[in-house]
Amino acid sequence: MLFGFPLISLVIWLPILIGILVFATGGDNNARLAKWVALIGSIMGLLVAIPLYMQFDPTMVGMQFVEYHTWIESFNIHYHLGIDGISMPLILLNCFITPLVVIAGWQVINNRVSQYMGAFLVMSGIVNGVFSSLDAILFYVFWEASLIPMFLIIGVWGGPNRVYAAIKFFLYTLMGSLLMLVAFIYLYNVSGGSFSILDYHKLSLPLTPQILIFIAFLIAFAVKVPMWPVHTWLPDAHVEAPTGGSVVLAAILLKLGGYGFLRYSLPIVPDASEYLSGMMIGLSLIAVVYIGLIALVQADMKKLIAYSSVSHMGFVTLGFFLFSSYGIEGAMVQMISHGFISGAMFLCVGVMYDRLHSRQISDYGGVANKMPVFAAFFMLFAMANAGLPGTSGFVGEFMVIMAAIETNFWYAFCAATTLIFGAAYTLWMYKRVIFGAVANAKVETLNDVSYREIFILTILAVAVLWIGLYPLPLTEVMHATVDDLLAHLSRSKL
Amino acid sequence: MIEIQKLYLLVPLAPLVGSLIAGLLGRVIGTTWSHRITIGMMFVCLAASIIIFMDVSKGNIYNGSVYTWMTSGTAQFEIGFLIDKLSATMMVVVSFVSLMVHIYTIGYMKGDPGYQRFFSYISLFTFSMLVLVMSNNFLQLFFGWEAVGLVSYLLIGFWYTRPTAIYANLKAFLVNRVGDFGFLLGIGMVLMHAGSLDYATVFAQAPQIASQTVEIIPGLPWMLMSVICILLFIGAMGKSAQFPLHVWLPDSMEGPTPISALIHAATMVTAGIFMVARMSPLFELSDTALTVMLVIGSITTLSMALVAIVQNDIKRVVAYSTLSQLGYMTVALGVSAYSVGIFHLMTHAFFKAVLFLGAGSVIIAMHHEQDMTKMGGLKKYMPVTYVTMFIAGLANVGFPGLSGFFSKDSIIEAVHFSDIAGANFAYFCVLVTVFVTAFYTFRMLFMTFHGSPRMDQHTKEHLHESPWVVTLPLIILVIPAIGAGWLIESMLFGNYFGESIQIGSQHEAVAKMGAQFHGIWGMMTHALTTLPFWFLLGGIFTAWYFYMVKTDMPGKIKQKFGPIYTLLDRKYYIDEFYSWLFAGGARTLGRGFWKFGDVKIIDGFFVNGSARVVVWAATLIRQFQSGYIYHYAFTMIVGVFVLLSFWLY
Repeated sequence: MLFGFPLISLVIWLPILIGILVFATGGDNNARLAKWVALIGSIMGLLVAIPLYMQFDPTMVGMQFVEYHTWIESFNIHYHLGIDGISMPLILLNCFITPLVVIAGWQVINNRVSQYMGAFLVMSGIVNGVFSSLDAILFYVFWEASLIPMFLIIGVWGGPNRVYAAIKFFLYTLMGSLLMLVAFIYLYNVSGGSFSILDYHKLSLPLTPQILIFIAFLIAFAVKVPMWPVHTWLPDAHVEAPTGGSVVLAAILLKLGGYGFLRYSLPIVPDASEYLSGMMIGLSLIAVVYIGLIALVQADMKKLIAYSSVSHMGFVTLGFFLFSSYGIEGAMVQMISHGFISGAMFLCVGVMYDRLHSRQISDYGGVANKMPVFAAFFMLFAMANAGLPGTSGFVGEFMVIMAAIETNFWYAFCAATTLIFGAAYTLWMYKRVIFGAVANAKVETLNDVSYREIFILTILAVAVLWIGLYPLPLTEVMHATVDDLLAHLSRSKL
Repeated sequence: MIEIQKLYLLVPLAPLVGSLIAGLLGRVIGTTWSHRITIGMMFVCLAASIIIFMDVSKGNIYNGSVYTWMTSGTAQFEIGFLIDKLSATMMVVVSFVSLMVHIYTIGYMKGDPGYQRFFSYISLFTFSMLVLVMSNNFLQLFFGWEAVGLVSYLLIGFWYTRPTAIYANLKAFLVNRVGDFGFLLGIGMVLMHAGSLDYATVFAQAPQIASQTVEIIPGLPWMLMSVICILLFIGAMGKSAQFPLHVWLPDSMEGPTPISALIHAATMVTAGIFMVARMSPLFELSDTALTVMLVIGSITTLSMALVAIVQNDIKRVVAYSTLSQLGYMTVALGVSAYSVGIFHLMTHAFFKAVLFLGAGSVIIAMHHEQDMTKMGGLKKYMPVTYVTMFIAGLANVGFPGLSGFFSKDSIIEAVHFSDIAGANFAYFCVLVTVFVTAFYTFRMLFMTFHGSPRMDQHTKEHLHESPWVVTLPLIILVIPAIGAGWLIESMLFGNYFGESIQIGSQHEAVAKMGAQFHGIWGMMTHALTTLPFWFLLGGIFTAWYFYMVKTDMPGKIKQKFGPIYTLLDRKYYIDEFYSWLFAGGARTLGRGFWKFGDVKIIDGFFVNGSARVVVWAATLIRQFQSGYIYHYAFTMIVGVFVLLSFWLY
């Protein structure tokens, strides 16, 4: 409780309400006000999330800060919230990214400012709702609601091809989640009329329905992650989205899929997860290798980073389906770290895009000559993207590779190729964009990063280095939950 | 924590602080204070290293953790130090050479716009390297391992506007990553089978692991220890530039010369050698891995020395010489003569640093001309550079009395005494290489310092000895390049390394050498009667004859043996091959996956295809809703007829 309010509700509804307040500031005449309200709101959102970490009991198994109220009595639907060691870090990541996105759009967005800022705040609250819902319908509502702000952000503030990208994004993810709803209704019937996820965890099911439920969930979550072969919406969405949209998309929205696997697929249908783990590992490794190679030949920086995201998220799904504590905790660390790194990478591209209005690698060259401070930041994030030890990018990959080698040497072998491909596509891009002599007259006009940009990049740099040099606080909060999950997985539900 | 343990922390942290100050505040504090602070920090670091070294010599070995990096499952990953004779020796060598290079840099980088950045980088490098050598676990080793790779990348590409430099640094990083790929898998195997990454725990478990087999390829049981050691050695091949992962080192010469001396000769490239020596309790349990090292090392030694013969760029000669010497060290590891490998690592660090820094001094004097065919007769203009380089050159070829002689001769002897598979091949390679080394080293010295001047008039008028900040490090470094060999008795045959290096009883090359060793003078006088010495003299004589007496001979030979010359000149076409196969192959594959897999099949067929099906179906169905009454009336009539006919029959 904070000032008499239940914490999780506060984390969900405060940003949404302030977001609505931002909408209410009206047209672009009040843009200044809208920005300030959004900034204060997003920072408040972060502040109210901090007690979640401080008061969190890492030794406790099960849900904490639980809130439970009846919502729709006739269908036994509840407003049921709670977090554990899996959802808490993700909520913090979300609340941490939102103020950065608001600041990143500060001078860049000049039309429909209040709607832009408001959309991000609303999105932030909705995503917190997804991470903390313990009722399937409540979850589903938040899940689908999260599409709307992003759809608008891409569709309104996006690039030239934004309508195609926005519709592709929307339909792809919507199609994916419909089967999930079917699965929930099935589970409602089997469980004797409950939408509580925690009840589903205890439900015993024969293998065939388990597999069908697994596939229904898989389609929903795989699209979000995104896993190969349902990843093609992501590069288009990223390319068209404004910088802030890309940051939230990569840092936060992709994590919804990963979270779904941990909260739904694994505990609800453990036998099917085990049964189909070979396929899941295969798909994840394809993501790492195949997508890594595709990233190598991209000419558009945002597309390159988008593909790199898919490749890195392959480590997340790989880690989940190895069923070991290195694997799952590594995947979790990878999700958090990817939030920082991909966010930072998209911001870096945004910094250049704001100046030259191009994302093409070939339009750049020799940026370091004009923007040395920026080049240093970009170097750090590029190295983190390439998984250099000492940055957060290494920790998750390292843990997942360690987990993979215990299952099968060749899984680890394929996964570890990211050491080479990840470095190749990231640093080759860096070389062509940042190094070299000044390539053209436009690059000659570049100004180095402003204090506002330095501020955002510094915060992300600290986060990346902190997780890289001292990941213990992050992994510590997960141990109890992950151990419990693994114990749960080892018990058959058949 | 007692006092000396605080000092352990100081050793890596002092350069790190220097690096951060010069890097973040460089513009504020200016060039002079940047070098003052970083050099001051290096002094602190060297002093602390020496104190620690003396403390360790008294037998105070330390193995403890600083903080817990992460826990997961049953494993705990710590950041910690293992301070024993091996790491203390490396600490002193690294911080000493680094300090000299810092001082030298004042002269070499004078006026460069990236002056502060350069100091920041080399201090950061020193930090990383010290973290690597002081580590007590594989994880931290890997951190240092990759961090030195990062700084090497940054420094090779220091002059980032040069296309060759930024090509070379990318190549260096990626080739190193190939090695690290194997290394990380090796670490994974260690963690899986020993349940820990802590050296002490792993080494204690090694004997039990040794008897296990593993089926990497189903149906083929391999010795687990061999798999682990070979994977770890792949890492060493990347970092220590062993064939076939050597291709990055010659190109790394694009970086400023001080870092060629510090990183690409004295310290970083020897990390692989150090790592294998550190892992001796593991490597001793796998004869297969030892043989692999021996053969790889032998190939590197000879093939790279041959390439050095045809190079005209003074830095590249030294670079290929470094490759060849690294091959020697690997050969030493392959015959279980770890202490000899480390000994050669140390002596090589000194004399190769002198050769590189001397080459840099020549390059400054020549206005950044590196082509030896445009030099000649420099000895009268640059006496200090000449004398120091000449001495270092003699050490490089292993002339009796100088440091290189003791370490290299010991390697050759160790190979001679070894009976591990491949030892005969290795013995042949290292012997021939003695001749080749003498030849290319003196070819370089003669072409640069002797004979008639071949530079243009303008350069010639401005020729002069380099300033004291450049020559002082040369002089200081040449002292151990001469004298370090005299430590041989204590380092190789005493119990210098104690428990840090373990040698199995079946590998007794070093023990046999010890039995034959009769003091330093005995070794020198004995050397006069052995093959290596005569090979060496032969090499020097040939170089003298070709480049001082009959100067038209090299050209004639070049013509006569055209194909061989081209093969060497093109470095066996390995670069071209890699660039075609790996760089080209990956791009072709990536483009194929993208254009065909993603764009055509997934997006074109499934995603947009399904959208098209919807559109097509909708268009089709729309035809029925034309809105004209007579269409509907006509359809109705047809329907009535159809129904009627059903009803009638």
